[in-house]
Amino acid sequence: MSYSSVTTAPPKVAQPMTDGKRKQLNVWRLRAPLLPALLVVIAVTQAPFVITLYYSLFRWNLVSTSARRFVGIRNYLGAVTDPVFLKAIANTAGMTLSIVAGAIVIGTLLALGLHRNFRGRGIARTLAITPFFVMPVAAALFWKAGLFDPTFGLLGWSTAALGLGKINWVSEYPRLSIVILTAWQWSSFALLILLAGMQSFPVEVTEAAAIDGAGRWLTFRRLMLPHLRPFFELTALLASMYVLENFAAIATLTAGGPAYATTNLSYYVYLEAFSAFDLGQASAYGIISLAIAIALVMPMLKVVAGIFRTGGRA
Amino acid sequence: MVSQAKLRSLTLSVALAVASGAGFSTLAYSEPVTLTVALAANPQMQTAANLIGNFEQKYPDIKVRFQTLPENQLRPAVLKDVATKSGQYDVVMIGAYEVPLWAQKGWITDLSTYANSDTAWNQADLLKPIRNLVSYQGKLFATPFYGSSSFVFYRKDLFAKAGLTMPQTPTWDQVAQYAAKLDNKSTGVAGICLRGVPGWGQNLAPLTTVINTFGGRWFDQKWQPQLSETKTKAAITFYVNLLREHGQPDAAKDGWQECLQLFTQGHAAMWYDDTVFAGPVLEQAAPGLKDNIGFAMAPVNATKASGWLWAWGLAIPKTSRNQEAAWKLIAWLTSPEYIKLAGTKAGWDQVPPGSRTSTYQIPEYKKATVAFGDLTLASINAADPLHPTVMPVPYTGVQYVDIPEFEQIGDFTSQQLAGAISAQITVDQAIDASQKKIVDIMQDSGYTK
Repeated sequence: MSYSSVTTAPPKVAQPMTDGKRKQLNVWRLRAPLLPALLVVIAVTQAPFVITLYYSLFRWNLVSTSARRFVGIRNYLGAVTDPVFLKAIANTAGMTLSIVAGAIVIGTLLALGLHRNFRGRGIARTLAITPFFVMPVAAALFWKAGLFDPTFGLLGWSTAALGLGKINWVSEYPRLSIVILTAWQWSSFALLILLAGMQSFPVEVTEAAAIDGAGRWLTFRRLMLPHLRPFFELTALLASMYVLENFAAIATLTAGGPAYATTNLSYYVYLEAFSAFDLGQASAYGIISLAIAIALVMPMLKVVAGIFRTGGRA
Repeated sequence: MVSQAKLRSLTLSVALAVASGAGFSTLAYSEPVTLTVALAANPQMQTAANLIGNFEQKYPDIKVRFQTLPENQLRPAVLKDVATKSGQYDVVMIGAYEVPLWAQKGWITDLSTYANSDTAWNQADLLKPIRNLVSYQGKLFATPFYGSSSFVFYRKDLFAKAGLTMPQTPTWDQVAQYAAKLDNKSTGVAGICLRGVPGWGQNLAPLTTVINTFGGRWFDQKWQPQLSETKTKAAITFYVNLLREHGQPDAAKDGWQECLQLFTQGHAAMWYDDTVFAGPVLEQAAPGLKDNIGFAMAPVNATKASGWLWAWGLAIPKTSRNQEAAWKLIAWLTSPEYIKLAGTKAGWDQVPPGSRTSTYQIPEYKKATVAFGDLTLASINAADPLHPTVMPVPYTGVQYVDIPEFEQIGDFTSQQLAGAISAQITVDQAIDASQKKIVDIMQDSGYTK
C-alpha cells in the first residue's frame, strides 16, 4: 500500500486528492486482483474472435499458390450463395432439434422408470447414465461397427430376423442414424437432470393428490410436469448448446456425407479449414455460425435465466 | 499510472528477454542437436520410432524426438507449421501429393546435393516411379519411406468353387462379372468391396484409377474440367453401379478400414485397394482364410495398367536449423541398412515396402512376402504418374490431381459420389453438381476464364 501511494502521488501535484477520486482509486484497487483473470479471458476468447473476423476478410488459402489478399466481404457473399453452406445450416437446425427432442423423450421415460423403487435400481441407474460418459468417438465407432453395420451389426441382424431385411442405415437414413446415436448419448444427460427434478418433488403433494382421488397419470400430468418445467428447459438449453457443435458422430460415422446430407456447421467449417485449407472462407463460415448459435441460444438462455431469478418459479 | 505503465513495460521486456534468450540458446548452442520429427501413426513408423536407439548410437551428438499423430491430424499440423514458417519440426512426414506442391512453394529443402554426395544411401537403388513421386522438376525433395500401388485381393476358394480363374491382370468387365457371380446375399458375402466414404483420399482414389483406365480424365490440356465427358462419365457410372449392385451393403460409410475388416472376416470375395494392406490382410485373416487369399494386378480397361502410386516421404522444412543432422536422420530411416535392421529386429513383415529394389532381393523378405511381393513391385513399376491416362493431361498424379485446389475439388466430388452410391442422388446429378463446382473453383483460382 505504502509503495503504491508513494509512486502514484508525485510531489508535483499541488491539489490534494478529492474524495471522489480517492473513492474511484479504491474501487480500482479492489478490482485490481481480478484484472489478470480478465486479461486471460480476453486473450483466450475475444482475441481469437477478432483475429477470425480479420481473416474472414481475406482470400487466404494455405495451399494455394497465390498470396493472401484483401477481398472485403466476398467470403460472406460466397457463404450465402453456397448451397452446401445453406444445407449445413438446415442440417444443423434439423439434427439439433431432433436430437434434443429425442434425448428429452427417452430421458423422461428412463427417469420415470428409475424414479420408482425396485431391486437393482442402483445398477439400472448406473447403466442408464453410462452412455453419457462414453467418449463420443468411441461411441460412434461402436455404433458404426457394432450396431448399424448390416454385416456385423446388431441392428442389421435383428431387422433381418424380423423379416424386414437388412437395412443400410448409414447410406439410406444418414441423418436419422446421426440423430439416433447422438440422442442415445444425450438421453443419459437428460435423465440425470430430470431424475433430480423428480426426486425434488415433495412426497406430501403426491399423497395429498392420491387422497383427493387423482390417479397416477393425472398426478403426473397436472403436478409433476409443471414442477419439471424448469428442468426440461435447462436440459434443452444445455443439450442444444453442445449438440449444435456435434462433430465426433458425424466425422466418425458418415464423414458428413453422403452428398453433405449430414454435414452440420461445425463439420463444414472443419472441412473448409483443415481439408481445403481455405482459412479466409472458413473464418467467414465460423463467424456466421457463431452468429446463428448466439441467435438460437440467447432466447433460450433468457427463459432459463428465469429459474435462477425467481428461485424455482414453477 | 506512469509507474504502472513502466512496470508493465518492464515485465514485458523481461519476459521477452527470457523468451528470446531461451529460444536462442536451444536453437544455436545446444549440444547435442535435438531433432523434432512429425510422423504418421502407422505400424511401420512405430517400428522406426522403436529402433531409433540404433541411430542415436551411430550419431551420439543427435537426439531424436518423435511427435506421432494420426494421418488426418498430421496433415493440418505439419501444413500449419511450414506455411506459417514457425519452424517447430526438423523432419516432417508428407505424402506424395504434398511433395511437389511444397517444393514449388519453397517450404521444403532440395535434397539432391545431399543425395548425390551420400553414396552409402545409394540413390540409384530407389524404385524409379517412387523417386519421381517425391521429386519436383527432377530434384529430390523427400526421401521415400515407403511406396505402394493398388491391386486386387480375392478369395481363391470362392473362385474355385464357382469355376472361375482370376487372370494376372483382369479387366474391369471381368471383375464385374465375377462380382455378380460371387455376390451371395444369403451367406453375407459381397461380390466386391470398394471404398464409398467421402474424402479425396477415400472413395476418389479407386474411382480415379477407374476413370484413368476407362480413358477419362479430370482436366483437358487447357484445364477444362472433364467430369461430364463421355468416358469419365462412363467410368463413374460403372463404379457406382458395380458398388450398388454387387458391392458391400451400406457402402457409403466404408473406407479401407471397413473393407479390410469385411474382407479378412470373409464377407467379400474381392477387394480393390492399396498394396500395403497385403501384409495386414494375411495377418488378420480369419482362421481358414489365410491360405485362400490371392492377389492380382489392378483391373484395366483401355490402358495396360491402372494401379495407383503413393509414397510417404520424409522432408526437411526450410525453417529447420539442423539441416545436416536432419539429412542424416532421413537418410538413415530410408537406407538399405535400416530396412535390414527393421527386418531382423521387428520381423520381415514390418519392413517398409515399395521404396528400394534391394528390399525385394533380400531372401528373408522374399520368403515373408512370397504371395504378393513380386506383384507389388510390378504394380509400382507399371504406374506412371506423368501419363496416368490415355489422353494427355496437364497434371501429374495417378489417383489424384497434383494441384493445390484438388483437396477442395476432391472433397466436394467425393461427397456427391457417396450420394450416388447411397442412392440419395443419381449418378448424373452427382456428376453435374461436381462439374459445376469444379468449373467455379478453377475459375476462382485463375486456371480458366
